[in-house]
Amino acid sequence: MSEFRTPEDMAAEADALWAEYGGRELTVKERRAIPQQDMPAQDPVERRSTMSEVARGYTENQVKVESLRCLQCRNAPCVAGCPVAIDIPRFIDHAAKGEFGESIGVIKESSLLPAICGRVCPQEKQCMLTCTVGRAMKDPEKSVAIGRIERYVSDWEVDNNAVEAIPVAPETGKRVAVIGSGPSGLTAAADIRREGHDVTVFEAFHKPGGVTVYGIPEFRLPKAIVERDVENLMSMGVHFMTNFLVGRTRKIDDMLKEDNYDALYIATGAGLPKFMNIPGENLVGVFSANEYLTRSNLMKAYETGRALTPMYSSKKVCVFGGGNVAMDAARTAVRLGAEEVHIVYRRTEKELPARVEEVHHAREEGVIFDLLSSPIEILGDEEGRVRGIVCQRYELGEPDDSGRRRPVPIEGDTFEVECDACITSIGNASNPLIKQTTPDLNVNKWGNIVVEESSGRTSIDKVYAGGDIVLGAATVILAMGEGRRAAKAINEQLAAG
Amino acid sequence: MNKIIRKKQLSADVFRFTFEAPHIARERKAGQFLIIQLDNDFAERFPLTIADADPETGTIDIIFQAVGASTMKLAAMEEGDAIANVLGPLGTPTHIEKYDGPVVCVGGGIGVAPMHPIVQAMKAAGNELTVIMGARNEELLIMENEMSALADEVIISTDDGSYGRKALVTEPLKELCESERPPALVVAIGPPIMMKFCAETTRPFEVPTMVSLNTIMVDGTGMCGGCRVTVGDETKFVCVDGPEFDGHKVDFNNMMLRLKAYKPQEEDHRCRVGTTTEGEA
Repeated sequence: MSEFRTPEDMAAEADALWAEYGGRELTVKERRAIPQQDMPAQDPVERRSTMSEVARGYTENQVKVESLRCLQCRNAPCVAGCPVAIDIPRFIDHAAKGEFGESIGVIKESSLLPAICGRVCPQEKQCMLTCTVGRAMKDPEKSVAIGRIERYVSDWEVDNNAVEAIPVAPETGKRVAVIGSGPSGLTAAADIRREGHDVTVFEAFHKPGGVTVYGIPEFRLPKAIVERDVENLMSMGVHFMTNFLVGRTRKIDDMLKEDNYDALYIATGAGLPKFMNIPGENLVGVFSANEYLTRSNLMKAYETGRALTPMYSSKKVCVFGGGNVAMDAARTAVRLGAEEVHIVYRRTEKELPARVEEVHHAREEGVIFDLLSSPIEILGDEEGRVRGIVCQRYELGEPDDSGRRRPVPIEGDTFEVECDACITSIGNASNPLIKQTTPDLNVNKWGNIVVEESSGRTSIDKVYAGGDIVLGAATVILAMGEGRRAAKAINEQLAAG
Repeated sequence: MNKIIRKKQLSADVFRFTFEAPHIARERKAGQFLIIQLDNDFAERFPLTIADADPETGTIDIIFQAVGASTMKLAAMEEGDAIANVLGPLGTPTHIEKYDGPVVCVGGGIGVAPMHPIVQAMKAAGNELTVIMGARNEELLIMENEMSALADEVIISTDDGSYGRKALVTEPLKELCESERPPALVVAIGPPIMMKFCAETTRPFEVPTMVSLNTIMVDGTGMCGGCRVTVGDETKFVCVDGPEFDGHKVDFNNMMLRLKAYKPQEEDHRCRVGTTTEGEA
């Protein structure tokens, strides 16, 4: 386990820095000299046995000190890196002055889900990637910690009962159906409702939130935050219809022709887990990350005394894949009592698609990384339960089209890992349900809905789509950006007639 | 939503509920199913079949056996109560056409319930229909009147001979395959072991045999993959690709093992629901 700094240490450091730099004009040189403020986290040993949130959030002085690092660049390259174009320098400037109400107000001009984004956006690949501070240090991880500041001010708003009602224009009488209540659907619902249109969000599960409730674990995104954001939408007058699977409970065509919706936004997510097609994949004890995480998160199976949804009990777990979902699954397995958890990934640490912070947290919690390896077979016992895996070892060869060095199997170099559960986390294909019952909807060869990029318009009049069902598996914020764009097009269509 | 209109106990642990579900009653087709969950926070989601539906009254019928923690809780609900969450109709509907020869529907135990809409649809398409219904004993036999009203012939078999023939359903099925007019299609729904042996019975006669699988599911929409089965050399999801598959290609042994994945945990839950006596637990 890597070195762990206590929140108390971090707070003390921030207090000293604030005493030195706070309350005066700073030169660029001084701003650059301020070290990035680490995110205080729960003790790695303690958190192995609790689902509560790992990252605790900044202290007031931490957020102010971190905000001082922002150079307030006039060209604001960070804004261009944000899919919903939040005015980042402006909200950070308010935060540096301790004007947290004003700060969150700026964010809310562009995003209604800041508490979620502050926690789960891969900022280092977006706004922080283009941040001048990070570029100067040649490391986006060292940029201004934009997400941590965003999280602080959005939590501040709730903790101080300062949440302001979002103004809604007078009712227009136009009706819009949003299909799917994940980040893309919620964003679109808010933007369309703001214009005074009647919005109903349809959700197949019993709770709204999509991936933020079934996929992302409590220790990374507390469900109370999602509930709060959904409640905000309800207070704006957005309706939610749960237990409703569009495509089955009602067809798209009937919603348009019989139920008279003026527009539809399809944001159903990717939602069809991929498997590796290796022998033994249907043995008992092999799960998709979706299933494993849904059982734990949405169905609360980690509350073994109360939840009726069972969790497979396992001592040694292997997770296939290296993305954020793989980290979530591995860290969930740790919390559910697995004694040993492995991440099995084909390339090296440098290529891990997961956020550095998630990899770091996983390592702190004792997750073992089997890099340059990939499972080729899952072994079962006489009862058909997993007893181990056979892995192929890889080395890095010549660079491929993406410029990354291609992993090449080392002939004959295989090894076995003993385990009693496997979790595949190698991505999702597109869910076929809506397409199956909507023949006129154009999809590409992977089943992703084809849209006009600028508007999200599909091949069917009045029907728009966005998020992972269009993009393939992507991120929360990209899905939100799509929701925003489609909402704009829908609002324009409705205003025009 | 989902208010229970009528509750009927069919045998010691088999119940028939009629409840309000207008969207499902309107859209459902033969072969489709539901996911039910009894509260929002700690209940589990489990699949149940649809026995009948009335789009006019907006109601659907389910027939279920109280065998696990959740079905026992469901069985304890009364008329006027509402089921917290019902999602449906799920799954790909049965392919219905007029077959060139008799269609034989084999239902075992409460597998007769999901067979009922299929028999209705096959009848409506003009098929000649034989229904074979099997149960452990007379008491456990369900929907005999409904089936008699639809089928050209109904053959009943019980394991103990208390009603109809003393035989497993595979015995009359084999006879029909051997007859001068063998079935053009066999549909078998029931316990996995029954479906497996029905498929084995028809295999040598090369009679197309469709089975409807009921596996462990969480969402029922393709999202979790917990329901996957091996069909031929492919992995299929029961919730979106099924529930109906070619019985000659389904790997029933793997499916039966997967159904037992949570056996230890389920026994524990059942004890906590308190339906077993202390001596038994």
